[in-house]
Amino acid sequence: MTHHAHAESHGAGHAAHAEQNWFLKYFWSTDHKIIAMQYMFTGMLMAMIGGFMAYVFRMQIAYPGMNVPFFGHVSPDAYNSLITNHGSIMIFWVAMPVLIAGFGNYLIPLMCGCDDMVFPRLNRLSYQIFLLSAIILIWSLFVPGGGFGGAWTAYPPLSSTAKYNLTPMGSSMWVLAVALEFAAFLMGGINFIVTAMNARAPGMKAYDVPMVVWMIVVASLLFMASVGPLIAGAVMLLMDQNLGTGFYNPDRGGDPILWQHLFWFFGHPEVYVVLLPAMGIVAEIMTVFARKKMFAYKTVIYTVIATGVLSFFVWAHHQFVAGIDPRMANVFTVTTVLISIPIAEMCFLYIATLYGGSIKFTTPMLWALAFMAEFLVGGVTGIYLGASGADIFFHDTYFVVAHFHYTFYPIAIIGTIAGLTFWFPKMFGRYMNETWGKIHFWGTIIPFNFIFIPMFWLGMSGEHRRIYDYTNFPDLAVPWMQQLRIVSTVSLVIMLLFQFPFLWNFIYSMFKGKKAPANPWNANTLEWTTPSPPPHGNWPADDMPTVYRGPYEYASPGRDTDYWPQNERA
Amino acid sequence: MSTKTIATQRASMGMPTGRLAVWWLLMSEIVIFGGVLVSYIMHRLAHPEWAEQAAYTNTWLGATNTLVLLTSSLCAVLAHAAAEKGNGPKASRLLWLTILGGLTFLIIKSFEWTHEIQEGFTIQAGGFWSYYYTAAGVHAFHVIAGMCVMVWVAMSAAKNQDLHRVENVGIYWHFVDLVWIFLFPLLYIAK
Repeated sequence: MTHHAHAESHGAGHAAHAEQNWFLKYFWSTDHKIIAMQYMFTGMLMAMIGGFMAYVFRMQIAYPGMNVPFFGHVSPDAYNSLITNHGSIMIFWVAMPVLIAGFGNYLIPLMCGCDDMVFPRLNRLSYQIFLLSAIILIWSLFVPGGGFGGAWTAYPPLSSTAKYNLTPMGSSMWVLAVALEFAAFLMGGINFIVTAMNARAPGMKAYDVPMVVWMIVVASLLFMASVGPLIAGAVMLLMDQNLGTGFYNPDRGGDPILWQHLFWFFGHPEVYVVLLPAMGIVAEIMTVFARKKMFAYKTVIYTVIATGVLSFFVWAHHQFVAGIDPRMANVFTVTTVLISIPIAEMCFLYIATLYGGSIKFTTPMLWALAFMAEFLVGGVTGIYLGASGADIFFHDTYFVVAHFHYTFYPIAIIGTIAGLTFWFPKMFGRYMNETWGKIHFWGTIIPFNFIFIPMFWLGMSGEHRRIYDYTNFPDLAVPWMQQLRIVSTVSLVIMLLFQFPFLWNFIYSMFKGKKAPANPWNANTLEWTTPSPPPHGNWPADDMPTVYRGPYEYASPGRDTDYWPQNERA
Repeated sequence: MSTKTIATQRASMGMPTGRLAVWWLLMSEIVIFGGVLVSYIMHRLAHPEWAEQAAYTNTWLGATNTLVLLTSSLCAVLAHAAAEKGNGPKASRLLWLTILGGLTFLIIKSFEWTHEIQEGFTIQAGGFWSYYYTAAGVHAFHVIAGMCVMVWVAMSAAKNQDLHRVENVGIYWHFVDLVWIFLFPLLYIAK
């Protein structure tokens, strides 16, 4: 990098900055921080839609046939469409954009000490395609026949044949939206990987890279290596729906199980695609608020890589009841149980990081600790489902729903809010209110457990998922089961109501919160060395940071301060 | 408005950013084509009767197309060599020859498909034909995309600008070529 190049890009950046009107600045920007916020705000908006959907169908389950306030009567078709789109939205339009695209965009250039992504225009295009996919998905809810209702896994023949799903337009639009969303994240992923590989600050070696960047990069790699077959599968499904091919139709030489293979070959690595960024966020928060070095930094990275590799060999544990050869089921049981080893090791290393630290229970730290506790429940219950014998009993019951939410809720909601509250002072230059933050925390975590713990019981008692009205099933409509359903639903409503203080706190603090300095938490990583919020280009072009040490040098002996920023000369 | 960032000009890995990105792009493409081809192979093995359908494909036209694509790849290599020497106009001319190769490929392909569709072998005519049109169609889409990018690169190379892109687009073109090397025996020769 020559000095000339420096000066040139500096000049260009400033000229462009001065010309921008608000539309160019907030909607047509190539600045990674603006694009990150676009992803985050779109994701948060989608989370509200997805949360509202959950409210509507839970009300129908608890009080069948009632007129749900703010929605009205829930027809069976609407119910199917609501659960399908709740799942799709929460995974593809909330967890992915906020955790990977949002935090990835915001943190990778700042933590690697560069001014932007390596391909800023590709980055902008990626968000625009993502936004288009979100619009198509929302639009699909309002077309004739309604939104797609064949569950978020979209198994054929239900998804491929209009005669069965009764949503000829909605199901095609769903597939199209998902395919576009994948294209957007492929572009974003290439950008993340190349930026973290190639655009690191001078002096920053691979093992000086903060954990969250490592994890987002590994997550992008996993996504990139697993999503291809599903993109191909989505094209084939679209053709089955609209061109009369028979890829998934046994009468015409196809096979519906093919879709399950293509879907879960992506679907299982996808769990780790969203888990890893959340684990990374938690690692950053824990080290800062325990004032300790990351315990076994390199080992954590090796376990992450081991998890990533293993995640490609577990997919058929979703298909134990789909007519899989029992010998094959054995193999996948073994690989599935194997993958819990690196994940468990990672959790132990995190707990070891806390051991002996001077822990400060700030709001972000509470969220990070809650992530560990709740995710543990999800991980442990997963072992029952990974064992093919137990899974035959549990499959498609609410046990699966509860297990699944104990993994994804910590990832998509707890991890996200942990990250948002932690980096809020950096993003907006102001603190969030701690008291309201704690009220929101307890008001979310307690009801969350009351929503999903009853579901474990219900599932073990044989409550099948995707049932519109349990009163039609006398065995499942017994009073104690219905009461547990009501407990879940009421807890959900309470939890959703507790999100309003958060929203208020977020918006109020953005404009009126207490001003935050550049490094409010006394952290080491590079993003805290630039003003809050960081200016366009992050640092002055002639004064980009140079890195001298790893990211977690807390409480080093023989220093006045208990932290040691990465860019501080020894 | 220039959007060249400092980040774009760094090379911590010692490889130019553009080339690194092309390799990652190809990795994601490999799994897309991998998904289609593995699905096809598994189904082909389960349905020996598809061989009768495959017998209707025109191996000679397929072989000609293979030759056309390989020749176009040669032009892409020569264009890269010219770009390395800093000879932009020559690299540009060779890229136009590569584009011509892609165009010839598509013309032969469309003759082939028209003929087959007239014979009644449409995409709905059975499992083999579904895969035949989908796999070759996705490939043809990549050929078209490569040609479009190459037009853009050739135009700037003629003015001696952004010569590193000649190599990047060439890497991509070789990949598209390589996919065809897999498709040709699987769809035409295996009977």
